[in-house]
Amino acid sequence: MKLKYTLVALGMVAFGASSAVASTLDDVKAHGMLKCGISTGVPGFAFTDENGNWQGFDPAICQAVAAAVLGDSSKVEYTPTTGKTRFTTLASGEIDMLARNTTWTFSRDVDLKFTFAGVNYYDGQGFLVPSSLGVSSAKDLNGSSVCIQTGTTTELNLAEYFRLNNVSYEPVPIETNEEARANYMAGRCDVYTTDASGLAASRSTFENPSEHVILPEIISKEPLGPLVRHGDDQWADIVRWVLNVLIIADEKGVTGAQAQEVAAGPDPELDRILGTEGAYGAMLGLDRDWAVRALNANGNYGEIFAKYIGEETLVGLARGLNAQWTQGGILYAPPFR
Amino acid sequence: MANTSKAYVATGLSKALPPPLNTTGVIGWIRQNLFRTWFDGALTLFALYLIVVILMPSIDWIVVTASFEGMSRAECRAVGKGACWAFIGERLDQFVYGFYPLEERWRVNLAGLLLLITLVPLVFDKVPGRMYLFGYGLLYPAIAYFLLTGGFVLPEVDTQLFGGIMLTILVGITGITFSLPLGILLALARRSDMIFISVMAVAFIEFIRGVPLITLLFVASSMLNYFFPPGTSFDLLVRVLIMVTLFSAGYIAETVRGGLQAIPNGQQEAADALGLGYWQSVSLIILPQALKIAIPGIVNIFIGLFKDTTLVSIIGLLDPIGIGRAALSDIKWAGLSTEVYLFVALFFFVCCFAMSRYSMYLERKLHTGYKR
Repeated sequence: MKLKYTLVALGMVAFGASSAVASTLDDVKAHGMLKCGISTGVPGFAFTDENGNWQGFDPAICQAVAAAVLGDSSKVEYTPTTGKTRFTTLASGEIDMLARNTTWTFSRDVDLKFTFAGVNYYDGQGFLVPSSLGVSSAKDLNGSSVCIQTGTTTELNLAEYFRLNNVSYEPVPIETNEEARANYMAGRCDVYTTDASGLAASRSTFENPSEHVILPEIISKEPLGPLVRHGDDQWADIVRWVLNVLIIADEKGVTGAQAQEVAAGPDPELDRILGTEGAYGAMLGLDRDWAVRALNANGNYGEIFAKYIGEETLVGLARGLNAQWTQGGILYAPPFR
Repeated sequence: MANTSKAYVATGLSKALPPPLNTTGVIGWIRQNLFRTWFDGALTLFALYLIVVILMPSIDWIVVTASFEGMSRAECRAVGKGACWAFIGERLDQFVYGFYPLEERWRVNLAGLLLLITLVPLVFDKVPGRMYLFGYGLLYPAIAYFLLTGGFVLPEVDTQLFGGIMLTILVGITGITFSLPLGILLALARRSDMIFISVMAVAFIEFIRGVPLITLLFVASSMLNYFFPPGTSFDLLVRVLIMVTLFSAGYIAETVRGGLQAIPNGQQEAADALGLGYWQSVSLIILPQALKIAIPGIVNIFIGLFKDTTLVSIIGLLDPIGIGRAALSDIKWAGLSTEVYLFVALFFFVCCFAMSRYSMYLERKLHTGYKR
């Protein structure tokens, strides 16, 4: 219990003592829990179920990492963050990793000093409008009011795109996805813009989804992925390769349930991943079975996708760009050797 | 000869006629209160119009066509077109306890029950053993701390799992109980003759009043980590509690100072003449009068503080609004934000209204000084 360390912490501050910088991996193991930043809630991507557990496409990554590192996918402490607070929270060390549909950009990578561990969803920014507006292209949106989440790339993309196309608009700044949805439904803005996946998810929750259209323009590239702080490459590698293993398993059609049996199978790459050949886990600072556990947490990438946001769910997203490279998508994990 | 003139002589008072029909009964009341002038009449009609246009559909939506069963929004909608209260019902435990472990929730209930007992001596004057109950009230924070976080025989519960109404009440009550004594001390310090103490108090109060609460919460949640040596983790909830307490103490100090200034100098001089020391005169003469004057202001701050606790949802603690937001992202239920916000609003209204009534009761009870 952390409360007890309050006085200790105060004492250490008072005497100016400073402990040696431990690696994130050691911190996580010592704490026994993975501190993971997520969003305050995006349908399919992060939500609480009726038992009060965080679930969704993003928490699934946290759970896989926790399973690989701590051996238990439930050992995750979730910190909900907004578009504005997420980077401060990660930079200050409040959380160990951030999995919150965050776009990989130059300035976030270089200037804010984060390391992106990869891409778990290729997205692009779109526009949602009521069909009664009679608009068929984003370029017709002159003079409209636009609901937009602050502190996001979408905010900047929108300004650039409309400036280039000489479209004047009135921004309605919003803090969270749920607020944006409520404001849009209440008619406070004519247009809601965010990543197309989020738009589809929001639209699926409307009373009459058919009365709203997503405009054809996709105005940006939004590669979303988990990220960690600069300066701890071992930890970044762990998150990166947990994600890659999920993707490779999807490519090879190995489900989470099969991971155990396939471990001694004929495919040498799977053997390396699943710990029956070589000592790849040890190179990461983990044990042999880390990848088996990561896959057992929620299944491979495809299973996670299908479970939370796929076409079978109410969110109903097609794999599209996020299909494997062998199937017309651009999901392409580096080889495991 | 007898007087035979037919002139009428009244033998007594004639029976009083009833008042004109249009000034009595229902009609009279309506005329008197609702349609006294044409302007009153217009206002009445306008208010009636508002009731019909706003209130009736609301009641219809909230109660008449609402549905109370179903496992998802779609099922809810199939039952009734109005509000879907089944969602609140399914998530009620989350709204109350946050993520507190299921099998340990009796501890929260017990803590809540014990909290009610601490309120007994505040509300009822004549309760037997009132002094003991006050003493128990002083011990209560330690008891609640032990119950909620665990230790010794109880399994430990991480404060990360606190949430919902329980978190709101925890932050609100902690802020209220600890900021009042702190605020009084600050107010006294500010009026102190000792330069160092008064300068420190002024600096603190002005700093607190010059900075928004949300900024302090941000500092508590992220910035403090930059100042601490790496590796030290300092419970987020404790940091928030400290910030909230300091924040409201700054405001209470100013309200109490207003009360102190309203006490004529003669009171202090009389206390001096009686030979009372500083603490005696302050605690026996000055403060009882000053606090009585300051009650409305203090309760005002408490109510504000209680509502400000919703700000913690921005730094990742899940108060009822944060819980609602996360629950609303469950695709099964998404889209029921009105129900969630109404429910949360109702909870806050009940709490704040109760506080406000209590302050009125206190004012009446302590109204002695002006009854002469």
